Amino acid sequence: MRVNFTVNGRRHEADDVWEGESLLYVLRERMGLPGSKNACEQGECGSCTVRLDGVPVCSCLVAAGQVEGREVVTVEGLADFATHRAEQHPGSGCASGACGTALDKARRWEAGPSGEESRETGELSPIQQAFIDAGAVQCGFCTPGLLVAADELLERNPEPSDADIREALSGNLCRCTGYEKILDAVRLAAARAEETV
Amino acid sequence: MGVTGNPTSINQGTRTKGGIGESTLRPDGILKVTGEFAYSSDMWHEDMLWGHTLRSTVAHAEIVSIDTSEALATSGVYAVLTYDDLPSTVKNYGLEIQDTPVLAHGKVRHHGEPVALVAADHPETARRAAAKIRIDYRELPVITDEASATAPDAILVHEGRDDHHAEHVPHPNIVHRQPIVRGDADAAAARADVVVSGEYVFGMQDQAFLGPESGLAVPAEDGGVDLYVATQWLHSDLRQIAPVLGLPEDKVRMTLSGVGGAFGGREDLSMQIHACLLALRTGKPVKIVYNRFESFFGHVHRHPAKLWYEHGATRDGKLTHMKCRIVLDGGAYASASPAVVGNASSLSVGPYVIDDVDIEAIALYTNNPPCGAMRGFGAVQACFAYEAQMDKLAAELGMDPVEFRQLNAMEQGTLLPTGQVVDSPAPVAELLRRVKAMPLPPERQWEVAGEQADVRALPGGLSNTTHGEGVVRGIGYAVGLKNVGFSEGFDDYSTARVRMEVVAGEPVATVHTAMAEVGQGGVTVHAQIARTELGVSQVTIHPADTQVGSAGSTSASRQTYVTGGAVKHSCEAVREKVLEIGRRKFGTYHPAWATAELLLEGGKVVTDGGEVLADLVDVLEDEAVDIELEWRHRPTEAFDLRTGQGNGHVQYSFAAHRAVVEVDTELGLVKVVELACAQDVGKALNPLSVVGQIQGGTTQGLGVAVMEEIIVDPKTAKVRNPSFTDYLIPTILDTPTVPVDVLELADDHAPYGLRGVGEAPTLSSTPAVLAAIRNATGLELNRTPVRPEHLTGT
Repeated sequence: MRVNFTVNGRRHEADDVWEGESLLYVLRERMGLPGSKNACEQGECGSCTVRLDGVPVCSCLVAAGQVEGREVVTVEGLADFATHRAEQHPGSGCASGACGTALDKARRWEAGPSGEESRETGELSPIQQAFIDAGAVQCGFCTPGLLVAADELLERNPEPSDADIREALSGNLCRCTGYEKILDAVRLAAARAEETV
Repeated sequence: MGVTGNPTSINQGTRTKGGIGESTLRPDGILKVTGEFAYSSDMWHEDMLWGHTLRSTVAHAEIVSIDTSEALATSGVYAVLTYDDLPSTVKNYGLEIQDTPVLAHGKVRHHGEPVALVAADHPETARRAAAKIRIDYRELPVITDEASATAPDAILVHEGRDDHHAEHVPHPNIVHRQPIVRGDADAAAARADVVVSGEYVFGMQDQAFLGPESGLAVPAEDGGVDLYVATQWLHSDLRQIAPVLGLPEDKVRMTLSGVGGAFGGREDLSMQIHACLLALRTGKPVKIVYNRFESFFGHVHRHPAKLWYEHGATRDGKLTHMKCRIVLDGGAYASASPAVVGNASSLSVGPYVIDDVDIEAIALYTNNPPCGAMRGFGAVQACFAYEAQMDKLAAELGMDPVEFRQLNAMEQGTLLPTGQVVDSPAPVAELLRRVKAMPLPPERQWEVAGEQADVRALPGGLSNTTHGEGVVRGIGYAVGLKNVGFSEGFDDYSTARVRMEVVAGEPVATVHTAMAEVGQGGVTVHAQIARTELGVSQVTIHPADTQVGSAGSTSASRQTYVTGGAVKHSCEAVREKVLEIGRRKFGTYHPAWATAELLLEGGKVVTDGGEVLADLVDVLEDEAVDIELEWRHRPTEAFDLRTGQGNGHVQYSFAAHRAVVEVDTELGLVKVVELACAQDVGKALNPLSVVGQIQGGTTQGLGVAVMEEIIVDPKTAKVRNPSFTDYLIPTILDTPTVPVDVLELADDHAPYGLRGVGEAPTLSSTPAVLAAIRNATGLELNRTPVRPEHLTGT
């Protein structure tokens, strides 16, 4: 079958989709967007979390056909999504570009001197930048799903308590960090948004 | 507290920014947060096929027949392979003992053993075709424990063993046995005023790394294959893959792709050979990606163990002796079992001074899932048991459990049961003191004035099972002893290639190693070392591959020590060469070139007095200095097979934990409120990463304390919970705050004085949680993980 839907603001079309394919499979294998991760394909780990018409879902549990005509945001579109949101609602979050980092730098696979990454201007969303700065990324496999979930949390609750953060991220497994630095990252992103208001 | 969250900490030994001791950020961080980092499951190639593995549905059986005809006839299927299709005379592989068939031959020995492979144009087509392969099994009785393995009429899991352990083991179903005897435990027992003993059970834990086993094999024009995979040790994989493919090693070119965690579970091969076989057979690129269900069958687990311990002490609290017997279940194939036995036996005493010991550790061959490496590796199981013993002894003596441990704590100069002297700082008593001194979390944090309790902070959490009724608090302590690096005489070297040249008017260093970055942050540390040693700010980390010498495994807390040491060593050689060039060009202009101690700092050659002699750009000009060298830590020895004596270990690592738990005693639910850790890391090369390792390791220890266990049916040896629905790992709701206190007492034998970090916190976390639950409930609790029924007696 053919499936049409919007991903990160762009119309996409996929042909020859088998009816049993998940949204995750179509994103990863047919649309060249492997950022959403395939850690369990059982809806338990949250690493494939995307926004479907704004709602966080496990894309491994959504049949591709269900997404026909709808809007999906993945980790690849998170920075643009945050910028767009900030333009619509100025003053919320740090999407002025003052706390982001250039993507070009990432592609060069080089470690800059201490702290440089967090001071350059560029195109990361506040939550992405906070994950880097707080040390919330180790192997990084859970990171895309956590970023989408944490971004959605801060959108509806800009000043979450620790218990709120834990509740909102309880569907996202991480095996490396012990979650402490993930909490730090969400607190950091919330605090930076507060500063810019 | 400690170095937590202090990104601009101490800057020792360098005036170049971003060197060792700073919390520089990960070079792969931006790629990982934008979704662009290419993990092994993200590989894509034009015209690629999908591979699928058919696995045995029974644990122990003879294969009577295999019929692949219907699978082969399926539209979209390009190849179906069984044992008969293997191209080489070598059909087995293995880390130490080559006992693992690439595809089952005549017999399967555990549930989920690979029997056949399918390549098709869609993963679902491959799965469905695999389901059409007909295998006729004749089931055999299963061997599941020591009694069934060593019974007089026991079936041998492996007939005709000729490995180097076969001669000294008491039974062919025992992979390896290591006794350690020192002093006279029986005579010393007579001096004891108090003797305690116990039998302890440690459940089978899974590494549960999130990135599933996966990779892409691309057939090459020269008849070889290019393989992109997630692994812990490229060269070990290569050594096992090439012979089975019938190819020389230089025709199998391996590149590390993004690794989604490892924790020991990627030491053994999984899909590597299978993808290569299918690619070479079909002439097309083949990708294999396990789903979570298959991943539970696709890698080894932590050895479950039964441990029997006896300790004695005098009335004034000094340990007199220790006897123990540790039985590890290695499952159907050897994997890392011999080394796990070596660790379990040699570290069975823990971080305590006991002169008279009688120790035995064995690993069994059974029909249970194969077990091998996981973070802590043999030392984890022992720590769970000896720490329970310490609490029992303290209780018998009426002493404080921390003071009792401190009274018997090992220190620098202590002789281990193996006869090896601990010749670097061993601050066991100090770590206990620090962790005990941390402020305790407030009681009854769930109480909200004038409102209902916040159930998120209570046992049972959002299930809303209690508002505080029946909830009791407990506190427990534990400390552990872990070795760092590969032990027992293994040639545990690493290799680094370092290049220095001028690029776009700036001196740039490139570091090339085969180290598997699995998330631990080795790539960050390598760049820091290069900056410190070479005084440059720009460092490029070359992708890890087999075009450079072996880095050894990303295991045993060894990479910062050993590959970090190799990077340092190669940088030093590069620096000497650069200074040589400088002397040649500029030596006549300034006498300091010949007389002073010279350093590279901030892109310049400077004297130790700080005088600038030349710019690196002018020294190098168009020249590149490029050096690849191996580096070794001091050698170790094998343990004597009868007495266990020998200088077997390279370095030790120590961590202590204090757990605070709240237990709903009516429902048997546990909430870990806080899990504080103090650890000596020698030198924190990257404090942010060090704390991240400690918190992550602590959480894996928490998991096996209260939830994580692979359940194997004792009647069928089949795995009953291969999913994240039924095998639970801690979520962010289950994981407490983990305050960390980092101690830095240099080990003079190690580069920069550093100490391997990753594993020690996984040891003491579990027994600390168990001790806290015992403290809350008064129950004995001799097994881990603790389940609700163990607490309620129902």
